[in-house]
Amino acid sequence: MNTDPPFVDVRNLHVNFTGGRKPVPAINGVDLQVRRGEVVALIGESGSGKSVTLRSLLRLHQKRHTQMHGQIIVGGVDVLGLTDAALADYRGKVASMIFQEPLLALDPVYSVGAQIVESIMRHGRVSKNDAHQRALSLFERVQIPSPKRRLQTYPHEMSGGMRQRAMIALALACNPQLLLADEPTTALDATVQIQILLLLRELQRDLGLSVIFVTHDIGAAVEVADRIAVMYAGRIVEEGPAANLIRTPRHPYTLALLRSRAHGALTKGSRLVTIPGAPPDLSSLPNGCAFAERCNFAQDECRQNQPAAIALSTNHLVSCLQTDATSNVVALA
Amino acid sequence: MASDQPLLEVRCLVKHFPLKKDLIGRGGGVVRAVDGISFEVREGETLGVVGESGCGKSTTARLLMHLINPDQGEMVFDGAVVGSSDMPIKRFRRQAQMVFQDSYASLNPRLTIEDSIAFAPQVHGLPHKESIARARDLLARVGLEPRRFAERYPHELSGGQRQRVNIARALALQPRMIILDEAVSALDKSVEAQVLNLLLDLKDEFNLTYIFISHDLNVVRFMSDRVMVMYLGEVVEIGDSESLFQAPLHPYTRALLSSIPSMDPDQRTEFPPLQGDPPNPINPPAGCRFHTRCADAESVCSQRLPKLVSQSHNHSAACLMLEADSGHRKARHLLSQ
Repeated sequence: MNTDPPFVDVRNLHVNFTGGRKPVPAINGVDLQVRRGEVVALIGESGSGKSVTLRSLLRLHQKRHTQMHGQIIVGGVDVLGLTDAALADYRGKVASMIFQEPLLALDPVYSVGAQIVESIMRHGRVSKNDAHQRALSLFERVQIPSPKRRLQTYPHEMSGGMRQRAMIALALACNPQLLLADEPTTALDATVQIQILLLLRELQRDLGLSVIFVTHDIGAAVEVADRIAVMYAGRIVEEGPAANLIRTPRHPYTLALLRSRAHGALTKGSRLVTIPGAPPDLSSLPNGCAFAERCNFAQDECRQNQPAAIALSTNHLVSCLQTDATSNVVALA
Repeated sequence: MASDQPLLEVRCLVKHFPLKKDLIGRGGGVVRAVDGISFEVREGETLGVVGESGCGKSTTARLLMHLINPDQGEMVFDGAVVGSSDMPIKRFRRQAQMVFQDSYASLNPRLTIEDSIAFAPQVHGLPHKESIARARDLLARVGLEPRRFAERYPHELSGGQRQRVNIARALALQPRMIILDEAVSALDKSVEAQVLNLLLDLKDEFNLTYIFISHDLNVVRFMSDRVMVMYLGEVVEIGDSESLFQAPLHPYTRALLSSIPSMDPDQRTEFPPLQGDPPNPINPPAGCRFHTRCADAESVCSQRLPKLVSQSHNHSAACLMLEADSGHRKARHLLSQ
């Protein structure tokens, strides 16, 4: 196994949002390591904390209403300890982000090219001409047709797939080593989604990027990720190599997620296997396992204490007390 | 169950949206959102509609509900032309209802959910007390306990609960057909499964007919008896769900189906089945509209319009490769056979 220190090392991360009436603990002790050149997908439903985790890595949450504890180390830099000026250098240069909705993430009043040039010049001492050249080569890199002309267009003039490519070009403008992708393909059609996923995979391979990919679509995660981590109620409940996690999931929530998918092998008129109930209210989480009240395998012990992560094999970690009971369940038909 | 007469028959429906000209008269033109589609929906079936964004799925749904008026074409519901004196639009709307994607935007924020559900029956003449009783019945039926939920407002519910309310509201007039326009797309996967099961249960219980529009092909396959594939305002393939998913005829359908992620880390997709985005529906390509992205396109494809031809029982597609003597090299030749 690789013994280098991981490029991203998140330990016991807690994030509380204090803006509302009650503080909301959105992240409750996340540990996540990503090695250089590795792609990790975070999957989970809305409110599970996957996007909050991702945004914490760039410290994008409003300072006034957010409390963060724990440790985030990216490329040897302690992200939570950065001054504002150092944070501005870190964003884009070490780690950068692709958002779900490029139309909202890009500035509508500047051409896409101007935004990329601005970003390049902010982070390095380059002439405007060189920055332009680099922007052009980035557009070629992300396979935008007639790149020269496209640099001068505004975000609203592009199609959804093209905008997402432009967004990726912008994210890569300063040669980051870590790419954070927040549901980058959710708003796209299936035919365009697969193009963007393949592009991300190719860029990741060629540039040796570490990627953290947030999605609620397990299919998209399997398409790009080396490792998958499943989140529920602000914690990672199971993580492991993509193949293990898909074929032999052991956390009841992962199992239920996989079994509730509609897929081709289902017979007509049958019903999907559903997870009863709804995700828990984050502002009043139970003491024990947050999934216990929806879980078929739950016992009394599950409701008392937070289950610790146990290693089933190298790299396959599950936070569940009932892994013996889940070992015989078939996840995919 | 299905009788010979389809519940709904759509003939040559056309909707073009004119574009505004700018100050000096440039622009103009039309968006050919729906360009001459014909299909039928049989009593008791679920017809799935798939296609990329901009292909006209939602415009079709809106035309069917008469939320917008078609430029051309007619619809026959239960043997009567919709809009004629046999089937005035108000009567048609009692029989056909719609559930939209955005569960929040489609509910009045100032009405409690029981009032929202009771609203349409009241418009159609049911006394207030009875309509509230019906609303509470329906709430129970869609899995929301009336005593807890009836007097809440939409913002007090979760997305899945709101979509259940919208389904209850669609049922309030005891319709025969419900159009579900991306009704589960905004929901989380675990909630989506619950709502899909509910839709199947309700269909059996109330003998409903569904038109199920979604971009999620797995979900469409699970829900539908027949599936219609649209591309740039036209129907390119329509057929029985299993035969369409297992043996797609149109190259576009094939590409669409192979865009579904495989769920197998050892068999990842290596090449995108389609390049680029769908062309602009303002100036759709001449001939077969798919020829600009089709791997099998030949010069004849840009000149000749493919017709929707029946290929086997209940399965039709519009492609020159399937049309005998069309001039495409892969087409069958009738004379040589």
